[in-house]
Amino acid sequence: MNLIQEFSKGIWKENAVFKLLLGMCPVLAVTTSAENGLGMGLATTFVLVCSNIVVALLRKLIPSKVRIPAFIIVIATFVTVVQLSMEAWVYGLYQALGIFIPLIVVNCLILGRAEAFASKNPVLRSVFDGLGMGLGFTLALFILGSVREIFGSGAILGFNLFGTGYQPMLLMILPPGAFITLGLLLAAMNKYEAR
Amino acid sequence: MDNQLYLSSSPHIHSGETTDKVMRLVIYALLPATLVSIYFFGLPALGVLLICTLGCVAFEALSCNLMKREQTIADGSAALTGILLALNLPPSSPWWISLLGAAIAILIGKQVYGGLGYNPFNPALVARVVLLISFPVQMTTWTAPAPLGSGVDAVTAATPLGEIKTAVMLTGKLPELATSGFGDYFLGNMAGSLGEVSALALLLGGLFLLYKKIISWHTPLSFIGTVIVVSGIFWLVDPAKYPNPLFHLITGGLILGAFFMATDMVSSPVTYKGMLIFGFGCGLLTVLIRLFGGYPEGVSFAILLMNAATPLIDRYCRPKIYGQVEQKA
Repeated sequence: MNLIQEFSKGIWKENAVFKLLLGMCPVLAVTTSAENGLGMGLATTFVLVCSNIVVALLRKLIPSKVRIPAFIIVIATFVTVVQLSMEAWVYGLYQALGIFIPLIVVNCLILGRAEAFASKNPVLRSVFDGLGMGLGFTLALFILGSVREIFGSGAILGFNLFGTGYQPMLLMILPPGAFITLGLLLAAMNKYEAR
Repeated sequence: MDNQLYLSSSPHIHSGETTDKVMRLVIYALLPATLVSIYFFGLPALGVLLICTLGCVAFEALSCNLMKREQTIADGSAALTGILLALNLPPSSPWWISLLGAAIAILIGKQVYGGLGYNPFNPALVARVVLLISFPVQMTTWTAPAPLGSGVDAVTAATPLGEIKTAVMLTGKLPELATSGFGDYFLGNMAGSLGEVSALALLLGGLFLLYKKIISWHTPLSFIGTVIVVSGIFWLVDPAKYPNPLFHLITGGLILGAFFMATDMVSSPVTYKGMLIFGFGCGLLTVLIRLFGGYPEGVSFAILLMNAATPLIDRYCRPKIYGQVEQKA
């Protein structure tokens, strides 16, 4: 596999949300709007790329018996960086995402890539893998957030779409809306792939 | 070829009960309540009924077509879902709420699970709850009944359950309507969803279903009985704050729920013992939601929650296989 393939597999073929169903907690919880989905996706991408780099660099030094705690410490370091940066520069988004920023530490997508990819591959490959997986995750969160925002608030990225006559469907920005939207999206994608 | 010997496994005798026959009988049983709702709420009620029923049938036809399944609109289950949904909506619902409800009931409540017989939740109730959560304003705007020919325009009013909830919250005491006017409640002369208003009409339909053996007495009796006992206990403790059991019985959707929705064959337990447990759970949850929950009415939430518990109840109540010996642990 060349680098381009390493990158592109995460966007569609092995998309973390739509194909692997990994990291469901942030996927379902924070996608109440397109902006939240985008912010969460980019924060996760940053952590994923950085942790992939460090894990790939250290892969020969980390004893395999303690690799999981070691990965977690690497990941937690970058999550702390992200959390403090967001608190400093994008405070509104920081408040909207709340507890789910620190919870990036336990996002199984990141630990999964560290374990399955970065700990076995050189740095450059791991960077492309992390970027692809992260952007695929971001894309999924953005799509989900957009759909829910359009139906649940009648807006997209904060811009009102339908005018004042539109009755927003509150359910879509509540937890059940996340499950229903994700399920329908998955069904549509499987249908598309099956053709 | 007529002399063929047929070999088949049991059962060999068919009761003649088919899906479409059952559905048709349930629709007949709902007719009195439907007519009463049209009498009290007039043309808007008729509109809601028509949109819901036709909508459900249309969405059923559409989804069977799209999914290349056998066309099932003729069995009447979609029409029944539509009628039940309409009976669960306020008479003043705008057309798009009825239509959206029909889509949710059939597409998300039923067809995504595989169609009739596979849906874990009652489709009409799924739609009602989705609508109630999504559009709280439209779904809780009730109109006072204006009997046909009375010449009165629709006036906004609160349901008796809604009114006592507000009153208890504001003053800590029950308003007067909790202790009087039971005759009107019984006949259906109060604000509410299309189908929940007339206890009399619903009881007629329910008794018809019992007589035709479409439903058994277990679920309704244990549902209603539990509501009476639990609400009775609260009433005895503090009659100034909690309404009496009769009020609970004939206002709100209890009778509609107990006879027509909790007995849904697909989403409720199959054994008698299971039905008793199911009804008990529904009754308990209903009273708790009505008295302590955020919503004035809890029947639909209670039934949906117990629908979710149905597989568990069925597993617990699995009948002993004939001849099986109890195994010692």
